[in-house]
Amino acid sequence: MDILIWILGGLTIGTALMVVLSKHPIRSVLFLVATFFLISCHYILLNAQFLAIVNIIVYAGAIMVLFLFVLMLLNLSQDKIQKTAYMLKISSVVIGGLFLIILIAALKDSIDFKPIEGVRTDIGYVKVLGETLFSKYLVPFEISSILFISAMVGALMLAKKEKEIIE
Amino acid sequence: MELSFIIEKFLLVFIIFIISLGVAAYATYFERKVAAWFQDRIGPDRAGPFGLLQPIADGVKMFMKEDFIPKHADKWLFILGPGITMFVALIPSVVIPWGPPLELFGKTIALQVTDFDYGILFIFGVISVGVYGIMIGGWASNNKYSLFGAVRASSQMISYELAMGISAITIIMMTGSLSLNDIIAKQHGMNWNIFYQPVCFLVFFTCALAETNRAPFDLPECESELIGGYHTEYSSMKLGLYMFSEYVAMFISSALIAILFFGGFNFPGMDYFSGNTLAILGILVFFTKIFFFIFLFFWIRWTLPRFRFDQLMHLGWKALIPISIINMLITGFAIALYQGWF
Repeated sequence: MDILIWILGGLTIGTALMVVLSKHPIRSVLFLVATFFLISCHYILLNAQFLAIVNIIVYAGAIMVLFLFVLMLLNLSQDKIQKTAYMLKISSVVIGGLFLIILIAALKDSIDFKPIEGVRTDIGYVKVLGETLFSKYLVPFEISSILFISAMVGALMLAKKEKEIIE
Repeated sequence: MELSFIIEKFLLVFIIFIISLGVAAYATYFERKVAAWFQDRIGPDRAGPFGLLQPIADGVKMFMKEDFIPKHADKWLFILGPGITMFVALIPSVVIPWGPPLELFGKTIALQVTDFDYGILFIFGVISVGVYGIMIGGWASNNKYSLFGAVRASSQMISYELAMGISAITIIMMTGSLSLNDIIAKQHGMNWNIFYQPVCFLVFFTCALAETNRAPFDLPECESELIGGYHTEYSSMKLGLYMFSEYVAMFISSALIAILFFGGFNFPGMDYFSGNTLAILGILVFFTKIFFFIFLFFWIRWTLPRFRFDQLMHLGWKALIPISIINMLITGFAIALYQGWF
């Protein structure tokens, strides 16, 4: 089991790095899809099967397909991408460095981590998760569903407005 | 894990793999025979008796043809495309229960490779990834017709997944479980879901047609507009894998329809049998149901004309999704009434 975690972790970091390092945007997206799959594998190892499958259905199966869709229609190739300005490069390096510091600050204490005691390990199962969501967290759950519906209605309104302008 | 357990599962996977490919190969033969029958022709009859060796001849032909990769294609993605499509078509068969448990050599062997308690979610996860093979292949070909085919495939599959998922949720609500075994156990005997959910079945079946890119929804490879759609540039066995995976997907989705709506391996009067007799009868019944749905796929292909793309989108978003949502709400109220919540 330990070896599995190390291999999975290495692969995840490798594909995540390839997202940034690969030259072609389509390949970046495909590596991102691979990263999502590997993260789902981690979820399964953590006993969170429902989260793992939903991660695949929503992120790899829907959102990344739309990303790929847009990129394929744009058909960006190496010579079409404009050279980024010098200042922009420096500022992105600075922002990235600051983010790295935040991450290190957040994770510096986790080197000598101890397993947490007294936590239910079966919380990831569909049945337990459903019971928790519909009893303990019922109100936040319903409110977030309203949030989703409002986002959907908003998207519809935007699409409709654009159509009216075109006509 | 014992060695015998690993061997048992390995053998089961191997047998299911062979059966899936065999059924897919002979589905191509029967499709041509059915088409010939519908159009008052004879169909393939040259290779072997009744043309029964035709699939093998086709396979040899596919392997022997020149394997060509276009110069401006993205080579690795071009090779990856058909592989992903075939993989995704085959992988749902690991959670499908093919029959009641068999008893062999003093051991009870479950005819299911793994029993996930979230089996149906797993299948939907795999289906949602299925579009990548077509998209990658279509884009990597570097051909505008291929790209059009890929774009059509992705928008079509995303749209029909929604209605398919909602109609599956209706069945999950009735069963109260995500496990395919529980869904089958609930439909014991003749207590099939089709009698409770005919509308849901129609929606699901239409979506299954669209998800497998079968006529009348075969717009990604619509030859009258797009030459060959996403596989225009493919040749040899890479093309073969694309065509073959369509038949494998048809086999698996027929199995899924049989499980969700027609009771899987349940049949009326199954309580009179037990042990191995029940298992063998169950397998036979399950495969009969699968073959019936494969025939239904053929029947629709050779009867209905192809949709136009905007008609396809209207059907998906403005008809199937509202119908399935209303059906789900009605089912919810019915279940609440039945359990005495009001």
